[in-house]
Amino acid sequence: MNYLMRRLATFPLVLLGVSIVVFLAIRMVPGDSITAMLGTEAGLLTPPQRDALAAYFGIDQPWFIQYWRWLLGLFQGNLGISSTYGRPVLGVILERFPLTLELALLSMIIALVVGMPAGIFAATHNEKLSDLGVRVVAMIGQSTPNFVLALLIIYTLSAGFGVLPAMGEFSPLWRDPLRNIGQLLLPAVTLGFAFAASVTRISRSAMLDVLSDDYVRTARSKGVSARGVIWRHALPNALIPVVTLSGIEFGYLLGGAVIVEQIYALPGLGRMVLDAILQRDYALVQGSVLFIAFNFMIVNLLVDLAYVALDPRIRLSEH
Amino acid sequence: MVRHIGKKLLSGMTLAAMLAIAAAPVQASAATLHMAWSQDATGLDPHKQTAFSSLRLLELIYEPLVRLDANLQITPAIADSWQFSADGKELSFRLNPKAKFQNGAAVTSADVKASFERILDEKTGAAARANFLSIASIDTPDPATVVFHLSQPDVPILTAMSDVNAAIVPASEITAGSIGTTTVGSGPFKLEKWDPNSKEVLVANKDWAGGATGVDGIEISVLPDETAILAAMRTKQIDFALLNDPLVATLVPKEASLQLNRVPVLAYHVLQLNPSRKPMTELKVRQAISCAIDRQEVLDTASLGEGKVTGPLTIPALATDPNQLFCYKRDIDKAKQLMAEAGYADGFSATVIGATGEPPTAAAEAQVIQSQLAEIGVKLDIKMMELNVYVDAWLKGDFDMAVALNGGRADPYTMYNRYWTKTGNLQKVANYIDDTLDSLMQKGRTETDPAARKAIFADFEKHITEMSPWIWLYTSYSYTAQQKNIAGFEPVPTGSLFSLAKVTIQ
Repeated sequence: MNYLMRRLATFPLVLLGVSIVVFLAIRMVPGDSITAMLGTEAGLLTPPQRDALAAYFGIDQPWFIQYWRWLLGLFQGNLGISSTYGRPVLGVILERFPLTLELALLSMIIALVVGMPAGIFAATHNEKLSDLGVRVVAMIGQSTPNFVLALLIIYTLSAGFGVLPAMGEFSPLWRDPLRNIGQLLLPAVTLGFAFAASVTRISRSAMLDVLSDDYVRTARSKGVSARGVIWRHALPNALIPVVTLSGIEFGYLLGGAVIVEQIYALPGLGRMVLDAILQRDYALVQGSVLFIAFNFMIVNLLVDLAYVALDPRIRLSEH
Repeated sequence: MVRHIGKKLLSGMTLAAMLAIAAAPVQASAATLHMAWSQDATGLDPHKQTAFSSLRLLELIYEPLVRLDANLQITPAIADSWQFSADGKELSFRLNPKAKFQNGAAVTSADVKASFERILDEKTGAAARANFLSIASIDTPDPATVVFHLSQPDVPILTAMSDVNAAIVPASEITAGSIGTTTVGSGPFKLEKWDPNSKEVLVANKDWAGGATGVDGIEISVLPDETAILAAMRTKQIDFALLNDPLVATLVPKEASLQLNRVPVLAYHVLQLNPSRKPMTELKVRQAISCAIDRQEVLDTASLGEGKVTGPLTIPALATDPNQLFCYKRDIDKAKQLMAEAGYADGFSATVIGATGEPPTAAAEAQVIQSQLAEIGVKLDIKMMELNVYVDAWLKGDFDMAVALNGGRADPYTMYNRYWTKTGNLQKVANYIDDTLDSLMQKGRTETDPAARKAIFADFEKHITEMSPWIWLYTSYSYTAQQKNIAGFEPVPTGSLFSLAKVTIQ
């Protein structure tokens, strides 16, 4: 409990740091909301026109005043107004987040459901032909860029079979579950493929490690069945590196999968942040990066807590 | 156990895949046109937006006083008829009595006056204001008549008024300050929903003065990857799409069910030199660069030959045959000689900037130019930038050379006064002052006789290519792809999609 409180106490500090870095970074890049809206036509503006637009976009003050205003708003639970959407930033983020969360969850499920059994299978068939087969597929999975896979899937489906998931507008799970799964399955497979490959490789090596431990040999000599040894004795200990890996990957996915969202035209968090940067929608960039950082910290915390559950020897709060 | 899981997993995935496929063909109700583009509109204020997609969306919702047809001739929109006074200082319009805003109110002269006053107000931040500075006052003798009093004869102003940036909006909405948040136009479609970077839903405006539309509505999806747009068209998810990338566009005719529409546009690809930086300050160096560039090769390599070599004037009615312009046939010997005469026989080094993906051919153009100029000893360093970073550097004139895709206009004065007159807003970008160009521009502005005007701009074109502040390369096509059962779309050089109002689904 003590540990949890201490971890939570560091959150605001980290978020403050993140917000300052993002705030400065996006403002140090040349170009602003005005050039993003008008492009080269911005050169036709007279100085008073430019001032009027700067005031409209809220970029007419020095950066530290802008930051201070933004920070004050933050304490009142107000992340600002997005200049692209003309709506509160938090609302826009929360609208995009379910898709990203669902995509991340689906990818993780695919990765774990495929990767773990494959890893365990390879470990228990160590150095046999089937082990080699699994390792080769895993290597291919890890080394194929996801945009290549996405384009291949789209091309094969549309040119070969004349089908494609509905693109453009996203149907939330609660409104149209069938269409929703139809839209997300292929992107999740695309993301899950590389993810599953990593899970396979890490669970294979962790399993191999554990299987050579003394306690496993003891269990075997006591006459525990091969299946019992693997699932009851070896697996829980082999899970720790898998949990670490999955936690980190999942955290990344919660930040949005920009390329996959772009190709499958899914309006998720990743594409939203990219568009926000390109359109210099400062409030939206700041708000969403903060949101992503927060999610990442939460996932990290959950991973640490999962260690305790998996291995009773680990005590987080004592030192 | 493992095998058991494997089997369940397999059947689960098969089921899911079947679901995916079952969910796939989202067939339109017959009268809704499903459209896609890769870049979404960036806002809804017709007076402020200049992004290509924003203009394409807004011209389906709002109307200007007049409009351009496929031959760039002025045709009626909100105005039925118009007339310049004999001295060219008064321009009057009669409004179409049937023109109505989507809130039911008639479009009156008061709305026209309020709209132009909004554009001219510096607080609005309308970039198109620069085209209307000759308006001294606006009279509204009756609800259907508007008279613009001009401070000097201004022939191009009528063409500028055909742009959706000069759209007529309701005076009541201006007073309410709601332009840009609500869309009340008088055009063929009403905007029902806009989810930025995702989707637009347009429904037919039954009261449109132009008559009934061919479809009940248009749904526009934003599919950022153009390969995915093509895939979606193959599966008939999308009926009509806007394409930017010539690489994707050339794949369309290979699909039996699809049709590619292409039309040469007014925008031009250009290598901008910065004549305020050494050694581009030297006329002979600039001319040498012009002679060393093989424009056709740039077009063939960077854009698969999809386009046409062009001089500065891209308006078909006014353009000169490029073969008659200075050094449009590559001449390396002449280029080397000019370099030597300028004192740069050994060449020099310079940096060329370009925007990543804007246009998609930018990097390839820079590379071809790099290799061509290497032959006369010019060592080019290519610097590709994110669009906004590029625009920032471009507006400051902070470059040695720049590859650019600059927008065209239906009138040469509106298109070029910004760069080549002494008071042009983008004179800083062109960095080149020339009395001849300035006076030709002023003459072209006030000349009302079409033949005399054509001669003036031919002189302009000849002179500017000889002075070579910029090296004009080629114009490309605007591409739209459609299913073959879509009829009635008419592509136009401005890129306008206005003819979607009359498109039908067979």
